[in-house]
Amino acid sequence: MKDLKELLELLEHDARRPVSELASMLGCSEYEVESQMKKLEKDKVILSYNTLVNWEKIGDDTVTAVIEINLTPEREVGFDAIAERIYRYDEVKTVYLMSGSFDLLVIIEGRSLKEVANFVATRLATIEGVTATSSHFMLKPYKKDGVIVNDEEKDRRLVITP
Amino acid sequence: MTEKKIDWNSRISQTVRDLPPSGIRKFFDVAAKMEDVISLGVGEPDFVTPWPIRESCVYGLERGYTSYTANRGMLELRQEIAKQYMDRYQIGYNPETEILVTVGVSEALDLAMRSILMPGDEVLIPEPCYVSYQACTALAGGVPVSVPAKIENEFRITPEELEEHVTSKTRALLIGYPNNPTGAIMTRKDLEAIADFAVKHDLIVLSDEIYGDLTYGGEEHVCFSALPGMKDRTILMNGFSKAYAMTGWRIGYVLANPVITAAMTKIHQYTMLCAPITAQIAAVEALRHCAKYRDKMVAEYDRRRRLIYDGFTKIGLECFEPKGAFYIFPSIVSTGYTSNDFAEKLLETEHVALIPGSAFGACGEGHVRCSYATSADKISEALNRIEDFVIHHKK
Repeated sequence: MKDLKELLELLEHDARRPVSELASMLGCSEYEVESQMKKLEKDKVILSYNTLVNWEKIGDDTVTAVIEINLTPEREVGFDAIAERIYRYDEVKTVYLMSGSFDLLVIIEGRSLKEVANFVATRLATIEGVTATSSHFMLKPYKKDGVIVNDEEKDRRLVITP
Repeated sequence: MTEKKIDWNSRISQTVRDLPPSGIRKFFDVAAKMEDVISLGVGEPDFVTPWPIRESCVYGLERGYTSYTANRGMLELRQEIAKQYMDRYQIGYNPETEILVTVGVSEALDLAMRSILMPGDEVLIPEPCYVSYQACTALAGGVPVSVPAKIENEFRITPEELEEHVTSKTRALLIGYPNNPTGAIMTRKDLEAIADFAVKHDLIVLSDEIYGDLTYGGEEHVCFSALPGMKDRTILMNGFSKAYAMTGWRIGYVLANPVITAAMTKIHQYTMLCAPITAQIAAVEALRHCAKYRDKMVAEYDRRRRLIYDGFTKIGLECFEPKGAFYIFPSIVSTGYTSNDFAEKLLETEHVALIPGSAFGACGEGHVRCSYATSADKISEALNRIEDFVIHHKK
């Protein structure tokens, strides 16, 4: 297949596109698309096919917090070993190593403010090597993973124009 | 005194009365009332104008840019247009004397026709073509002369076909490639033959290149005035509507010889004064910073183009692969319907709107125009419905 990147972009935008449609759009066979997708999954280029959900719409009141964490790096492994101790928790949704005034950016989800605060205090702050944490609770999502949450732009065109 | 009403019907000028009614209107009226209609009948991008362009216009308004501009348009915009043509086609236009910013290509075409035509002058117009070409010619006192292009030739026009329609009154040739409604493009070789023809008969060439940025499958658009010796002979028209998804802004431009540009500016200053300043500011932003947004939209059209072309091929409706604009022009002759009946029945039974080819000239009969400037999901659904229709309603 000529354009791997194009296949990935299409899937990143909509993972549910039928293989037949992908094949037409990319100008190749369905077999090629399928085998390529299998390979990308095997190579962990495609990590998973997720659904982006607006939980608020169904009355879910999950609390999301962004935690900045400062670390003391360890000999040989740097930040990796501590990062692993953190990302193994199910409550932890995202972990990035950052440049700047803190080291790890961690996104945590919990059922309540108290639960998240408790998790940070008892689990994260107590890890050896963690020197400081700073928690920010998320109030309202406007855009998630490139998708505007409440997008009010719609097709305003006339149904037929020359 | 008793009230005496004017009989307006008798007061409409003969020229306007003679204009044929739009072949699209009745479809619009029916389709607009349907709830679940999927429209492949829209001649404009489904994308909203890229955000930086919209934002620059808002910023300009906030800072009080609400006045007239120079008749020819803001110099800044004309300089950006000149730069664009130099970078892309290596052709130089002087922003001071050879560029006029207009209210879309529609105004540009109107100005060009009014500037060059004397009553009875003939203009060669290859068909199928955009619906306003004939009307603009007639309104300027000219006589539109239709030259049918052939499906066997993928709707590209040839000098031989044009030659048959040349008379002593032929003054100009109006071409629009990439083409609305067929999606046809002309290769460099095709256009060089047209250039020789124009020289032979000493014709002005009006080239509507509004879809010039939308070509696919490795085909590069060939700018007519960039052909050897053609710059002086060509009135080149382009705009921002299609490439930058800016149809409602109404902004375009003309590139031409200083004498004709001055003539067009004369009409423009009396009838339009200038293009809206808001749209001009937005257009500057589009040319300076929005190429990547344009390219992303073009890549998306290309994917949809392949999807819809494959779809029609599978359904068994014969069509050639379109290489430009965002239209496909399949033949529906095999169904036994006229293009008008096909479009009407399809809308009625399957709620899919498209436009009969006959709306774009007599030789468009037997075809329908489908726009793929709509989401892939909708295109797939429309193709399913068309397939159902073709299977169950064959005459």
